[in-house]
Amino acid sequence: MTDQAYNFAYLDEQTKRMIRRAILKGIAVPGYQVPFASREMPMPYGWGTGGVQVTAACLVPEDCLKVIDQGADDTTNAVSIRKFFQRTAGVAVTEATADASVIQTRHRIPELPLREGQILVYQVPIPEPLRFLEPRETETRKMHSLEEYGLMHVKLYEDIARHGQIATSYAYPVKVEGRYVMDPSPIPKFDNPKLSGSAALQLFGAGREQRIYAVPPYTSVVSLDFEDHPFVAGKAPHDCDLCGATDSYLDEVIVDDAGGRMFVCSDTDFCRGRKDAGHIGRLGVQTDGGA
Amino acid sequence: MEMTNVSVDGRTKPAGPLLSVRDLGKRYGTRIGCANVSFDLWPGEVLGIVGESGSGKSTLLSCLAGHLEPDRGQVVFDTRNGPRDTITMSEPERRKLGRTDWAFVHQNPRDGLRMGVTAGGNVGERLMAVGARHYGDIRAQALDWLGRVEIAAERIDDRPSAFSGGMQQRLQIARNLVTGPRLVFMDEPTGGLDVSVQARLLDLLRGLVREMGLSAIIVTHDLAVVRLLADRLMVMKGGHVVEQGLTDQVLDDPQHA
Repeated sequence: MTDQAYNFAYLDEQTKRMIRRAILKGIAVPGYQVPFASREMPMPYGWGTGGVQVTAACLVPEDCLKVIDQGADDTTNAVSIRKFFQRTAGVAVTEATADASVIQTRHRIPELPLREGQILVYQVPIPEPLRFLEPRETETRKMHSLEEYGLMHVKLYEDIARHGQIATSYAYPVKVEGRYVMDPSPIPKFDNPKLSGSAALQLFGAGREQRIYAVPPYTSVVSLDFEDHPFVAGKAPHDCDLCGATDSYLDEVIVDDAGGRMFVCSDTDFCRGRKDAGHIGRLGVQTDGGA
Repeated sequence: MEMTNVSVDGRTKPAGPLLSVRDLGKRYGTRIGCANVSFDLWPGEVLGIVGESGSGKSTLLSCLAGHLEPDRGQVVFDTRNGPRDTITMSEPERRKLGRTDWAFVHQNPRDGLRMGVTAGGNVGERLMAVGARHYGDIRAQALDWLGRVEIAAERIDDRPSAFSGGMQQRLQIARNLVTGPRLVFMDEPTGGLDVSVQARLLDLLRGLVREMGLSAIIVTHDLAVVRLLADRLMVMKGGHVVEQGLTDQVLDDPQHA
């Protein structure tokens, strides 16, 4: 039941209009960071205030919302944001990727391929990919507008010079539709290929930095690299210890103080789905469906 | 000075000035930055601009290099597509010129280097800015250029903050020359260095300028620097050019009191 003290989805209608205009502009110019008047939200910066505002602007009463934090549906951040929208918008919620119409995510793209009609909302801490190389905002804006992206490769060069390979493993810079270089938020580079040609609409919200950007469905997104050091979407060289998946992104979990560890899918919904379907990993236990 | 049939990129170009400045002026409110400056710079020529402190040397250089917008005048550069006025050209074009055919050596290497990026990255930046995307090639060129400015190859992965002042300045020069510019602007390139380091840097600069057939405009108040490097000299005072001519002539027989 919606708490009547709040407007639908917390934000007032004029604010939502303002955010929707920014979103539309972002969709019209894929990868371009659109400034917007970010509001104070009832949660601290860094907890996904940008994503929450984008989600609030997108939600309609018929929506079914899924919120994930590092792939998991049941961590603090995911639970509190899901509850927030249950209370202020009264929308249905789910943990199943396939059932959701809006998915707010922190730092992962679900393993299950998204479909048309779905919206994936990313929480972005620092939207400017050039920030740590060029601290002046006036200059980075000019570099974006004039397509001067040589500096981005300096970062990758530095990686190879220091580590022998491109060591950037998350927030890996991409070029959208051959034009804007974009920070895909701190998703692991394993997820980068999923950005490209996705059927779903991908929206990025940075609350503290007051920027919104977007990757419309079926947009080409290319990870930057060198000819002799091509992009590699890396993951831990293991299978999931619970569901046995060989192709999912894994979290490493320390299980004792004697060097014991296990690897589990970071996408909890994907992992549960496989377990329910009878797959079982090295340390998994047999479930009898829907446990 | 040899002026006919200067070969650039293996093609023969008709003799014409590389940079042609006409009636350039810049005011700061009511004060004059520089006024009525006109000169031609020919391919392969090194022009020194000297003058006392506050005489408008650096203002003039900034206007020429596109860092400051002059109030009046023309700065016509002989681009690869023919002569163009760089003041009226669009900003993207001017910035592109700034990372291809032009180079700017700052007095303080910290202004011209990225202090948080390794020496190799600093040299490679201009290459990557013009589209180099092969790590091995970029690194090989960076190594080559570090050698040419006498920085040991094993320092390639050190940051400039670990370099001495003289090394930083040499690194800045390497970073600027790596894309083979045709015109180099230098603002007091030896300022802030001690005398023995200055001498070495000057030797190096003279070698590079001669070897690459560079044209250069050097602003300095050190007459020894221009005597060593410059073919021609321009003396400024109060924003005006009070004297210009061949370096030896101006230095040995000054006309302006």
